[in-house]
Amino acid sequence: MAFELSGKTYETDEEGYLADLSEWNREVADYMATEDDCDLSDNHWEVINFLREYYEEYQIAPAVRVLTKAIGKKLGKDKGNSKYLYELFPYGPAKQACKYAGLPKPTGCV
Amino acid sequence: MSETKKFMYINRRPPYGTVYPLEGLEVVLIGAAFEQDVCMAFISDGVFQLKQGQDTIESGMKNFSPTYRALGDYEVTRIYVERESLEERGLTEADLMPLTWEDEDDDWAEKPSIQIVSRTQLSDLLEEQDVVFNF
Amino acid sequence: MLHTVNKSPFESASLKVCLGLAKPGSDILLIEDGIYGALAGTIHTAMLAEATSAISVYALGPDLKARGLPEDRLIPGIKVVGYDGFVELACANDKVQSWL
Repeated sequence: MAFELSGKTYETDEEGYLADLSEWNREVADYMATEDDCDLSDNHWEVINFLREYYEEYQIAPAVRVLTKAIGKKLGKDKGNSKYLYELFPYGPAKQACKYAGLPKPTGCV
Repeated sequence: MSETKKFMYINRRPPYGTVYPLEGLEVVLIGAAFEQDVCMAFISDGVFQLKQGQDTIESGMKNFSPTYRALGDYEVTRIYVERESLEERGLTEADLMPLTWEDEDDDWAEKPSIQIVSRTQLSDLLEEQDVVFNF
Repeated sequence: MLHTVNKSPFESASLKVCLGLAKPGSDILLIEDGIYGALAGTIHTAMLAEATSAISVYALGPDLKARGLPEDRLIPGIKVVGYDGFVELACANDKVQSWL
């Protein structure tokens, strides 16, 4: 699968995850979110940027449990809980946010 | 809910030459979601998986060594490395990348995950497990 | 003849078999997990260290780097080559034998 944006073609897997994460940019994230009827706010970006940093450091997309705990530690308890994260990303915080962040599907997600 | 079982994942192959080490690591990360009592053991050439300073840029492979540092986040806090395996390979603990976990009950204090154990100690640990996987 | 070995000497007898059959004047190139055979101070060091007087032993640099092994950890006398050196060795020898 693929989509086109500003004259460039982006390859994705069958679930819409970017095939080559080095191609990622903010426009890609915005496009993917719009396709899901989601408007990316600063709160969304906070999580997306966190995921990209996590991937950069550990070379994996964290499982949702790990993400929640790490967000809580970095951004505070009011954000490090599933309620907050599911409100931002109703399709599942790890799954949906990883997609917008250009990362592969989290290890262990089915 | 079933009771907690003791799991040990044994790693005994060098990284990169086969897909076992990476697949094994993924199984550990996936398995961590089941909240069992998990530990890992590195023996034989598996100790090379933890070697510091891996740099795969020239060889074009994916460097998955940083992922071991995420194990603490996945609550895998006991990583046993067999002393005899290190010695046979001319390695010491200083050759291994430091792996830590943060103790939530101790104000997030960083604690080392790696424990160097003798073959005899490892043999005892193996005996204690309910489930053993090896990669 | 150029011999290549791609298995760790701790896991396979490839290096031992290769050393037993390689004639003086041969080249041996350690690649992939075979590079662990180049490490100094291991239980298998002596076997290769002895051979380096009659045989030229090489180790592939990118595979050493991938596994985090700097040159100063290798048996003295082992030369580190890149992919270009691999090609040169293959061209310089009439035959290539891979001990898989």
